[in-house]
Amino acid sequence: MTLNERQQQNEALRSEFLRRSGVDVSKCYQCGKCSAGCPVGDHMDIPTNKIMRLVQMGLIDEAMQSSAIWLCASCVTCTTRCPKGVDVAHVMETLRQMAKDHNCVAEKNIDKFHTVWMNILHKMGRMYEPGLIVGRNMVTGNIFQDTSFGVPYLAHRKLKLMPYKSNNIDEIKRMIEKAEAMDREEGGAR
Amino acid sequence: MDYAYFPGCSLESTGIEFHMSAKAVTKALGINLIEIPDWNCCGASSAHTRGHWISLALPARNMAIAEAAKLDVAIPCAACYARSKQVEVEVSQSAETRAKIEEIIGRPYKGESKARNLTDILYRDLGVDKIAAKVVRPLDGLNVLTYYGCLMTRPPELACDDVEDPVSLDEIMKALGANVLQWGFKTECCGGSLTACRPKVGLDMTQKILDAAIKAGADCIVTACPMCHSNLDMRQAQLAKHDHNYHMPVFFITEMIGLALGMKQKDLGVDRHFIATEEVMCKLEEYEQEQIQKMMNEGGEA
Repeated sequence: MTLNERQQQNEALRSEFLRRSGVDVSKCYQCGKCSAGCPVGDHMDIPTNKIMRLVQMGLIDEAMQSSAIWLCASCVTCTTRCPKGVDVAHVMETLRQMAKDHNCVAEKNIDKFHTVWMNILHKMGRMYEPGLIVGRNMVTGNIFQDTSFGVPYLAHRKLKLMPYKSNNIDEIKRMIEKAEAMDREEGGAR
Repeated sequence: MDYAYFPGCSLESTGIEFHMSAKAVTKALGINLIEIPDWNCCGASSAHTRGHWISLALPARNMAIAEAAKLDVAIPCAACYARSKQVEVEVSQSAETRAKIEEIIGRPYKGESKARNLTDILYRDLGVDKIAAKVVRPLDGLNVLTYYGCLMTRPPELACDDVEDPVSLDEIMKALGANVLQWGFKTECCGGSLTACRPKVGLDMTQKILDAAIKAGADCIVTACPMCHSNLDMRQAQLAKHDHNYHMPVFFITEMIGLALGMKQKDLGVDRHFIATEEVMCKLEEYEQEQIQKMMNEGGEA
């Protein structure tokens, strides 16, 4: 497939990306500073500046399917140092949100971790760490991940065993549902 | 000095030392923290991967409760601070955002109540001179590295310190008498939640920071983020399996202040760390003894 054809195929995704991110990626002149300062760069399949280039070229599908956008730790070093003031971290974030909505998540376990987190928030209104670890291990199938820390955590009196459930959990639930509905509406992908 | 207080979820469990020491130290320094009743999770580090409005709504509710009481919010956790600051900035800059947020949370929030990082309150509002004046057990002779991580200093519009060369932790540590070493990893990312959801990548990031700290010859690292503390302190055992042994104590800034103010380790939560802190305590004691000896000798000669 020619570049032209690929760009045409990506037209809807490209306008969705522009609408959702609000970032003017045309300002990027490919200096590579974002990749140079990226603490996760060593592990990425596509370096940050190349993700920027893909987005500039309108090849959103390729960027969206990368594992790089999920390995991004949201440390925001790229945005902070961009000489053109491009919010690179927000580009990565928008691509993550779109990958989720378009069902093309390359790093399933990272995504599942976030899902477990959000499910706990729905139920309790606060994070419950034992629930997060157990929940993550169930959905990822890595049953024993970090379980060796359980006993030391208890010994160091660092684990809150009983979850806190908000007195106003209905208010918090309503709020979360409303916000998520608004995100879906504006995402417009599902 | 009255502030609403938002501890956040980590400070109730894995970062409980930060909670304990923050409360003890602020009380001793005359800062009054009033915990936000029935606060909710700010959403870090997951809500922002899901959507814009959910990432703003969660911290907005806490901020709105504080605004109703006409108080700024003191936030020890760097991640909670960044998420809360984000909604404060966005709401105060855009009437449209404000209207949407108020609709979602069902409470008024104008962005008048400010999100404040606790370290920044200690450094800027209280000032290092006032901290130094209360020091009874100086941390003289202790070689420390300050570690800010990501979320106190980035992005620039939310930062409570310089983005590339923050100094608040350095200045507080100097006021306590410690010797602050220099290194290039002050604002490097520790891996955040990647250690939990993509361990190979996350641990590699944590390891780089610990290696640099050892190379710099530090006795300990001082931080103000429960995520950084958890990664740097707890994950050393895991790294030891892969590589050589690590033994680098990691303290919260408020623990260090508490120790210098003469507070007991167990009241600050220092005894709860994964990496034992005895060596640091011994070093402080030895130095104190040396100084006393020196003074006595000098007195004898005179």
